[in-house]
Amino acid sequence: MALNRDGSSTLFSASMAGTLRLIVYLALACVLMVIDHRNGWLAKARYGASVVIEPLYRLAGLPAEGVDAARVAFADRTKLSDENQRLREALLLANARLNRMRAVAQQNARLKQLLDTQHSLGMNVQLARLIDVDLGPYRNRVVLNVGQREGVKAGQVVIDAHGVMGQVIQVMPHTCVAMLITDPNSAVPVTVERTGLRTVAYGTRGGSELSLPTIPVTADVKVGDKLVTSGLGGGFPQGFPVGTVRRVSPDLSGMFLSARAAPAAALERSGDVLLLRDLAPPMGPPAPAPQVGPPADLAPGADTNDAHKQGASH
Amino acid sequence: MFWATLILALLLMLLPLPAAIAPFKPYWPALVLIYWALESGDRVNLGLAFMIGLGADVVDGVLLGEQALRLTALVFIVLRFRSRLRFFPMWQQALAVLALLLNDRILQLAVRAFASEPLPTWGYWISPLVGALLWPFVFLVLDNLRARWRLHET
Repeated sequence: MALNRDGSSTLFSASMAGTLRLIVYLALACVLMVIDHRNGWLAKARYGASVVIEPLYRLAGLPAEGVDAARVAFADRTKLSDENQRLREALLLANARLNRMRAVAQQNARLKQLLDTQHSLGMNVQLARLIDVDLGPYRNRVVLNVGQREGVKAGQVVIDAHGVMGQVIQVMPHTCVAMLITDPNSAVPVTVERTGLRTVAYGTRGGSELSLPTIPVTADVKVGDKLVTSGLGGGFPQGFPVGTVRRVSPDLSGMFLSARAAPAAALERSGDVLLLRDLAPPMGPPAPAPQVGPPADLAPGADTNDAHKQGASH
Repeated sequence: MFWATLILALLLMLLPLPAAIAPFKPYWPALVLIYWALESGDRVNLGLAFMIGLGADVVDGVLLGEQALRLTALVFIVLRFRSRLRFFPMWQQALAVLALLLNDRILQLAVRAFASEPLPTWGYWISPLVGALLWPFVFLVLDNLRARWRLHET
């Protein structure tokens, strides 16, 4: 800096000015990144810019949609394809119900007293379509064609006919972005259906598998075990299929077993998905139990104590 | 025309590819910006690169400022060596583009490391190669478009 100041103006040439500008812009970008990383400005900026972004998404999704449409048109008559669509939606819902039913039934057999009235099997869902847009490689995120105007909230769980797909993380007026369970930043609390072992399924770098890095060495986990959501932590409701264990091996430290699982949902192939309307119950301890026993005003208060005392004195 | 190509580049960035060839997708905004920086350097400056990067960030929805940083650095290098790069034969230019894109990837890796995001797999390094291989075609197509546009305007 000192060199610039006392040096002649030839030093401060056009290229120097260019370098300075570069530094300013780079610094600006760094500041933006830090602020965004800390405060999540990007979500707000995206919401504001959704007027531009959403048409862009639709436009970019058009070719994929066109290919899809062409395939249907060439394969079948419109009437048939309409019916097919309707049936597919019905099947999706039925399958999802069935899956959940099975898990709950198994749980029922094992833990009868825990299966309370709070587990209703009715699901409040909303059908959504994927907009086929590439949000950058190595990030397993998808764009859905419903948004805030359709009542979508961040945190809603996305499922398909076979299991949990992910969770909504950003909502715009007419679209939303969901993070798949195979995203490296994703973690789903699961239980092993056969044994009831609780653990957490993380996404992986490659993004096609789930990783369960912290299973106790003594735990009973086998290849082929089904994983369902445990409902712990409040992010995902209980009892939805998550995946199937593919490999089990001791981890590097030898302290844990680490397993790999294939996701149950057809993450690569699903076009129609379901959004669970009901958010999972919020995190935290359960509400304090109501006071049991007779109402306070009916309860025998001071006089019984007196009676006891009298009895004791006798 | 100028803006159309830039918006097209953003669209191409969003365009989904079959999963098998998705890692091979080149970084379109960089290629288009390199072209314009080489051929019409007065229209491209650091501010423009920054704005395009911000736009890409908002669309991409990952980290605000990441692509702005990368594209600004990229355009700066191109503009600095513009007079030399312009008169390179095509294959040398493609090599230069490869170096630029690799540098871009390294920058991205640094940013991700700082943001404590998971590091990518080896497929991450293929995209610059594809970008460099495509560069002659991108260059010719854009050159052709520009020539036609000029003819159309006059």
